[in-house]
Amino acid sequence: MKKILALVLALVMLLSLAACGNSGNPAEQSAAPAAPAANDFKVGAIYINSKSDTAGYTFAHHNGITTAMKELGMDPETQLVVVDEVPEDKEQVLAAVDTLVGEGANIIFGISFGYIDAMEEAAAEYPDVVFSHATGYKCNSTNFNNYFGRAYQARYLAGVAAGLKSLEIGNNNIGYVAAYDVEYAETASGINGFALGAMAANPDAKIFVKKLGAWADEVNESAFATELIESYGCGIITQHCDSAQPQIAAEKAGAFSCGYNSDMTADAPKAHLTAAVWHWNVYYRTAIKAAMDCGTADKFVETMGTGAYYGGLAEGFVGISPLTENCAAGTKEAVDAVTELIVSGQWDVFTGTKLHIAADGTVTQEAAPLMDNQGNEIVAAGGPSVEDGVITGSMNYLVAGVEAA
Amino acid sequence: MDKLAILTTFIHNIVVFNIPLLYGTVGEIVVEKSGSLNLGVEGIMAVGAIFGYIIGCYANSLGVGIAVAFLAGAMCGLLFAALTVSLQANQNITGLTLTTFGLGIYFFVGNGLKARGWPVMADYSNIKNGFADIAIPGLSEIPLLGRGLFTHNILVYLGVAIAVAMWWYLNHSVPGLKLRAVGENPGSADSVGINVKRFKYLHICLGCGIMGIGGYYMGLNMSGSFNSSCWINGYGWIAVALVIFANWNPALAILGTFVFGFFNTLRVSGSSLASAFPGALGWLVKIPTQVYQALPFIITAIVLFASSVKNKQNSGQPGALGLNYFREER
Repeated sequence: MKKILALVLALVMLLSLAACGNSGNPAEQSAAPAAPAANDFKVGAIYINSKSDTAGYTFAHHNGITTAMKELGMDPETQLVVVDEVPEDKEQVLAAVDTLVGEGANIIFGISFGYIDAMEEAAAEYPDVVFSHATGYKCNSTNFNNYFGRAYQARYLAGVAAGLKSLEIGNNNIGYVAAYDVEYAETASGINGFALGAMAANPDAKIFVKKLGAWADEVNESAFATELIESYGCGIITQHCDSAQPQIAAEKAGAFSCGYNSDMTADAPKAHLTAAVWHWNVYYRTAIKAAMDCGTADKFVETMGTGAYYGGLAEGFVGISPLTENCAAGTKEAVDAVTELIVSGQWDVFTGTKLHIAADGTVTQEAAPLMDNQGNEIVAAGGPSVEDGVITGSMNYLVAGVEAA
Repeated sequence: MDKLAILTTFIHNIVVFNIPLLYGTVGEIVVEKSGSLNLGVEGIMAVGAIFGYIIGCYANSLGVGIAVAFLAGAMCGLLFAALTVSLQANQNITGLTLTTFGLGIYFFVGNGLKARGWPVMADYSNIKNGFADIAIPGLSEIPLLGRGLFTHNILVYLGVAIAVAMWWYLNHSVPGLKLRAVGENPGSADSVGINVKRFKYLHICLGCGIMGIGGYYMGLNMSGSFNSSCWINGYGWIAVALVIFANWNPALAILGTFVFGFFNTLRVSGSSLASAFPGALGWLVKIPTQVYQALPFIITAIVLFASSVKNKQNSGQPGALGLNYFREER
């Protein structure tokens, strides 16, 4: 009896092995290329911090993905799979990718710059899955792209608001608490965009940049803002860092401020003018829709039209939060006029054409060279935009009018 | 630029941003004097911070906030004492676990509450005004040092007062003497009738409570703005090192905090000092940011090195530090 039982068990095991082998056959999987419908399409995401964060970078992306999914009629509860708190380590990112592919993800977003090499490798390993990498520069012609936005355009608008305010309070010094400056094109373009906007409204404005050397360092974010206000006499503070500490410090000291990443009016109601913000859901909606519509993963980049998505004000990918009552008179008119120029494609920030914004908000254009703060000419008067420098990373200078603090 | 204003801001910032180190250090000294090495300072400060801040806001009272922060810290101490004193668990491991545990509680409670509605400090007038700077009459009139040292919030004064009180308690009171005996040689202390367990429990809780207030200070100094990074930001670890710098003396801890704070704050004020005094301090701006970032830890390493080579005779390190006491093994 025991022998028969053992035999039966062995048979069952053999059968189950065969069954496993069948379902694991990659040839069979890719032989069914039918595009997944909206209700069984799965989105995967790899986050640098926790998905339960209530503020900051990961929060902004998680919020963007879930919002986009809801806009597309998808259910993030069942259709979104996440691996979070993944450090910028190739092995760990690849392990996260394996997990997400195992869960059946059709598109995988990686939100941190350092995932770049792992994403590239994973895209080659899993040609049936779409890979999309934020802030990077690598892509292929089939299933792997990168995405980022023209935050400098929103920065310019915030700079205009700050410049007009500096005229109103009669203090030309503006402080900028920055995680980094020229090390990253992302931070340099933010500083430059803001500075050019501020100087368009107030030609005498001076931007003092104080560098943290870290993306998140709340204690010093607060201390640096206080230092800029008290030792450098800045009347307006803006920032490129992880928290609203610079805004809170400005509020405490009776100064004004422009935020970044999210509307910081609630953090500093008396100080906040406006914030340059991202609308990540705009990209995520476009990308998820493209991945669903393109049929097979290898058509993704073709469907998107480019391997490097680079949306700006025109796409609604970046923008500014609603102007508060703290803003100077004429700010709305000026911001609307500049927005119109950028969205219509008539003008862009890093060109050889400078804007002059009068106190009543009227905007005039003038051909003038774009200079860096070492006296080098970046763009000749009337010359074309060097916006590509933001993607390729060649923007490693600060414009004239910006000083290190 | 106004040179005097820059120097004043520098001194003011040294105090404002580094006082939490004093709380952490004094708390840890009290714990270590009982013979227990508690590496959980970071986590305990985080627990004190989150509960002190939230309940303090709901009660709209700075005093309640301080009391709750102390109690929350003391509860962590109770846990540590139960594990190491009663159950004889390894002190190092328990302390490290407490750090992870404390930070976990911090984010669990913080994120949970943030999803429902976070208390904003500006809405609670008693907290906001209670944490505002108070100028000490007379002393605050002194140029430079007046605003630098004698115009601060109440928790700065409280921190210094606690440090002085603990110095007196440890060195000039009978229970302090008994406590030192427990830390030096619990067996001898036991033999002369000192209740070793009770002394350890009480002082671990007291020390951890002091750390909790330090955490609350950091939360208030961050204006209670809760984000993806913790308010404590590694200060708990620096406090553990400062204990050695201060040679287990709470009064020296005040000095240690300022020396340490000086280097910590150079990162903030280095470039304004350089432009105010280009001749004497112009070189400060040439130092890369990375060096400033590493400076507190370099100083820690130097201090640890120096204190390990110097004459052991004057060391204030308790003899039985880190060793569990079990009466039956005596």
